[in-house]
Amino acid sequence: MNILIQGGRVIDPANGVDTQADVYISGGRVAAVGEAPADFRAERVVDARGRIVCPGLVDLHARLREPGLEHKGTVASETRAAARAGITTLCCPPDTDPVVDTPAAAQLIKRLARETGQARVLPLGALTQGLKGEQLAEMAALHDAGCIALGNARRPITNTLVMRRALEYAATLDLTVFLYPEDPWLAGGCVHEGVVGARLGLSGIPECAEVIGLARDLRLVEQSGVRAHFCQLSTASAVELVAEARARGLPVSADVAAHQLYLTEMDVGSFNSLCHVRPPLRTQRDRDALRAGLASGAISAVCSDHQPHDADAKLAPFPATEPGASTLETLLPLMLRLADEGVLGLDAAIAKVTCEPARILGHDSGTLAVGAGADVCVFDPERWWTVSEHTLTSRGKNSPFLGWELKGRVTHTLLAGEVVFELND
Amino acid sequence: MKGADLQLDAHGRLRHFLSIEGLRRAHLEEILNLAESFIGVGEQQVKKVPLLRGKTIVNLFFENSTRTRTTFELAAKRLSADVLNMNIATSATSKGESLLDMLRNLEAMHCDMFVVRHADSGAAHFIARHVAPHISVINAGDGRHAHPTQAMLDMFTIRRRKGAFHNLKVAIVGDVLHSRVARSQIHALSLLGTPEIRVIGPRTLVPRDLTNLGVHVFHDMAAGLAGVDVVIMLRLQRERMQGAYLPTEGEYFDLFGLTPEKLAHAKPDVIVMHPGPINRGVEIASEVADGPHSVILEQVTNGIAVRMAVMSLVLGRHPGAHAEEAA
Repeated sequence: MNILIQGGRVIDPANGVDTQADVYISGGRVAAVGEAPADFRAERVVDARGRIVCPGLVDLHARLREPGLEHKGTVASETRAAARAGITTLCCPPDTDPVVDTPAAAQLIKRLARETGQARVLPLGALTQGLKGEQLAEMAALHDAGCIALGNARRPITNTLVMRRALEYAATLDLTVFLYPEDPWLAGGCVHEGVVGARLGLSGIPECAEVIGLARDLRLVEQSGVRAHFCQLSTASAVELVAEARARGLPVSADVAAHQLYLTEMDVGSFNSLCHVRPPLRTQRDRDALRAGLASGAISAVCSDHQPHDADAKLAPFPATEPGASTLETLLPLMLRLADEGVLGLDAAIAKVTCEPARILGHDSGTLAVGAGADVCVFDPERWWTVSEHTLTSRGKNSPFLGWELKGRVTHTLLAGEVVFELND
Repeated sequence: MKGADLQLDAHGRLRHFLSIEGLRRAHLEEILNLAESFIGVGEQQVKKVPLLRGKTIVNLFFENSTRTRTTFELAAKRLSADVLNMNIATSATSKGESLLDMLRNLEAMHCDMFVVRHADSGAAHFIARHVAPHISVINAGDGRHAHPTQAMLDMFTIRRRKGAFHNLKVAIVGDVLHSRVARSQIHALSLLGTPEIRVIGPRTLVPRDLTNLGVHVFHDMAAGLAGVDVVIMLRLQRERMQGAYLPTEGEYFDLFGLTPEKLAHAKPDVIVMHPGPINRGVEIASEVADGPHSVILEQVTNGIAVRMAVMSLVLGRHPGAHAEEAA
């Protein structure tokens, strides 16, 4: 179908574009930005006046819960929420049930995503069988089945020798690994080990759990030559270590979950289970360092770390609740807010959720270059909305931002040139 | 602060008793003063006052505790209330019923108060947040977070023995890291105006971070007990050897056990307290536990009067209550 997105401000950081322009889509691809191509007749016109037109968002980390935890969410329900949030490509970690350690599991997820057609799902495959950290998974087969990268979800690979071998093997196949820096022996807690944990009598995860895990992994990454991406950093010290590693030329990158850029341990308040997340919300100093790391480029991308939960999972005394927040739909507004607050320019903010994550994946999304797949997000940057159980479409209503008023509402989302979401009010 | 809103009604009066944090000094003094009036009840021939007659109080103990449960039961009975003891280990939650479902079932039986002890920090707040509006919740200990009635009976004991808080040095010795009693005591002492609160123990059990609670941290008994008016000993749990916090009970006793020699560093009229049960020869020597400075048994007696005071206040039934409250 020929689609014309008319009158919007096009921000495409991959190509250094920030200008008022029309976008022409044909055959599922971007045909032109600016001047109409010869003989172009629009079959559909999207009115983007007053809106921003950017590449569809690329979310490096979002749990769809299917297969295995369908009471929390499904590929259909969560990709539907993703589409409404302007997210056109997302990676789901392998900790489903069954684990994505066989080609069949990867193919299942891809098929489910194709059949509901609301977002492109790039599954992450397991590094070790069953995510147990003992035997290597069939990484080549997983890659062939569509796994764009490999990781062990948040399950630790405690045995350093196994970790070394896993990284060497992945490097053999030139595959990117997604690593979660955390020393498992120090990570037995449910909040940050600090002021709030001490006051509330909750066992804490110290900063050094992340730093020690990261330091170990960085050495092994260096030794193995693998390309590594560190997921969801939460501490100032980790940002420093990653920056230093990148400065020395190591092929590493890192992301941060959007909520870690806003919330701190203080938000746990009086046992607010919506703020029970892993890694835990840390101190103001850590939050400021994460923001600075984003601005300096030490942290390349922002993800949602979406973890939808059923209501019961959060309805218990704090330590008995399951960690995780529902965050797909707040990703874009929180990035826009960073720009409003002057942490990043608007172009840089959009880059962190479009071309930067695409580059980390080695994927061709996150761009509106001519010839690129037409994954587009059109949003109204001035429109306010309140985060509530009614406005969230994910199955998971467990957002720590419930009650917040955020600016930025997606009006249209296109996936491969097809309108998969249009706002109706 | 959220905690404060939850415990207090619209008029700022106590309607739940979940933690010392979130309360004002006046609330604590009201409890202490009312407890004073109940002390005599235990010495009467007929050990009852009719204040809570017709009320049903449920002891919801998810953690074993015969002594605390017994004192709450005695307190409730002396106030003429009916008491129901829920033995949770054998009840439905062990079969997978959620905490909320259990609460709904109990509410359907028309009770007035839950006294809750649970292994998870925040459990009492959770229950108070989800319980029907007419039911009051008293925290009998939640995880490592709070044990406010214990703190109140400790404050009551200190006030009876020392008169005032504004000139006291108080030391809490032992596993403060894991202690809900210590946390509540620290908040209470602080609210009541105690100028110097010390915690003493090895770094594994008394980390530096605890200064965030507004206390002075010591790792040496001689230094920590110097010139102290009140020493509160905490029980050392067996599990601490398992978690690599300590090598042996023997070494713990050598370094941090309260003996007459170590006690000599404190003031001559020092009082020695312990929330119980005591581990003789582990955190405290028998000579001290049974000696002239010890007020451990008074704490137990005081515990009943203090719990009577808390229960009456929270249900709005006490001699000072207005007529419309008592309805």
